[in-house]
Amino acid sequence: MFFYHFGKYLLMLKGMWSRPESVKMYWKEFMHQCVEIGLGSLGIVMIISVFLGGVTTVQTAYQLVSPWIPKTTISMVVRDTLILELAPTMVCIVLAGVIGSKIASELGNMRVSEQIDALEIMGINTKAYLILPKILAALLVIPCLVIIAGFLGITGGLLAGELAGILGKQQFLQGLVKNFNSFNVFFALIKSYTFAFIISSISAYFGYYVQGGALEIGRASTTSVVVSCILILFADYGLAAILLQ
Amino acid sequence: MIEVLNVTKGFGGKMILQDVSAVMEGGKTNLIIGTSGSGKTVLMKCMVGLMNVDKGQVKYGGEDFTAMSEREKKAIREKIGMLFQGTALFDSMTVEQNVFFPLDMFTNLTAKEKRMRVESCLDRVNLMEAYKKYPAEISGGMKKRVGIARAIVLNPKYLFCDEPNSGLDPQTSMVIDKLIKEITSEYQITTVINTHDMNSVMEIGDHILYLYNGLKQWEGTNRDIIFSRDEKLNHFIFASEFLQDAKEMRQIEIMQNRQAQEPPLAD
Repeated sequence: MFFYHFGKYLLMLKGMWSRPESVKMYWKEFMHQCVEIGLGSLGIVMIISVFLGGVTTVQTAYQLVSPWIPKTTISMVVRDTLILELAPTMVCIVLAGVIGSKIASELGNMRVSEQIDALEIMGINTKAYLILPKILAALLVIPCLVIIAGFLGITGGLLAGELAGILGKQQFLQGLVKNFNSFNVFFALIKSYTFAFIISSISAYFGYYVQGGALEIGRASTTSVVVSCILILFADYGLAAILLQ
Repeated sequence: MIEVLNVTKGFGGKMILQDVSAVMEGGKTNLIIGTSGSGKTVLMKCMVGLMNVDKGQVKYGGEDFTAMSEREKKAIREKIGMLFQGTALFDSMTVEQNVFFPLDMFTNLTAKEKRMRVESCLDRVNLMEAYKKYPAEISGGMKKRVGIARAIVLNPKYLFCDEPNSGLDPQTSMVIDKLIKEITSEYQITTVINTHDMNSVMEIGDHILYLYNGLKQWEGTNRDIIFSRDEKLNHFIFASEFLQDAKEMRQIEIMQNRQAQEPPLAD
């Protein structure tokens, strides 16, 4: 069963590569997907990242009870936790729900209502026209969302630190630049590209091959989110094990 | 002209189509009829390439479609228009955008030329008043007409209609039938229709193919059906008493017309 799905998934990816029938229409679809994926999930990403930053600050301060540890350590921990893990992984897990289910149900609905067949009859490579723009848009937009999440998370941490009286703005900013390792940002971007590909391609696979009706569309949508989340976690561990040695 | 030669198709050991052969002539409405599960939709899907045949050939203008590469099939598909049972309109697009879509995708026409073509197609199906509406905002009959407009916008050589009257009232069904018939003769298209609708069979069936359990049971015209002695066909077409009576009345009418046209015998 696993090999059947994996093989079909690889064939789907292979089938996406063909000469576009109309470059203008493909570009239009790509831009449309960028807007759908980017703007459609910007709100939730902003809310989550601000709160993640805030909670991380409060909880880190709660655990650092020793008076020997400088307060700037809190913002160092918040910065690295957000950049290395929370911004890319947590945000992408949320995006797997938001974007993944949207892609799976959109393609599933198109399949069930014969819209994909209609495109095929017209002579359009539906994998290239419907799936490739979604994957490319996700690869462009999701890393941007992760970067925004990182900035907003740190801002949330700063605000929470000040509001709760844990550490001042100046102290927070001092800690933020202390021992900063730019590789962490690179690592976060690698993670976000990997997760973007997982979210978009897995949900497209489950949506594109839906058979049945409304019930199956719902199932495909749920399965795509579950499988994407599991694969994100596997990839998260794999990338950490390989790149953070 | 489309030739279907000994087409066989099965799923998981169950044969859906067995050795079906037929010739769909150009400028005529070719109907595929049969009970549910008789293989009509599978035959149509095999003809347009949505399903691969297990055995046999489908030829478009003498070219074997089943043996073509994907690129060659694409060239044939650009000459095909299809009206789906559920219309398959793109629900995120307006009526106008649905009809524009094939032109945007496959032609290099200017915006003005495209607009003229779209307007002439929408006008042809009497839908100029609904061009800014979304599919969800229009009736079933209007959706079918948008489907027809989208199918003919690229001047196809072949038009396929999968149950064009399903879910429509008798009056709207007649409008759709008439429209398909007119478009077929106007553009000299080879039209293939899957239908259950007996009114369509009698009104627009230039050539009828009756499938029974995946086999070709009968072939002829709507005139031949009246005098057919095929028990299965008669049982399917004239299922009700009302239709039986209609058949007998039609037989008498045709016989009387024939007698009136025949020259009187010399004494």
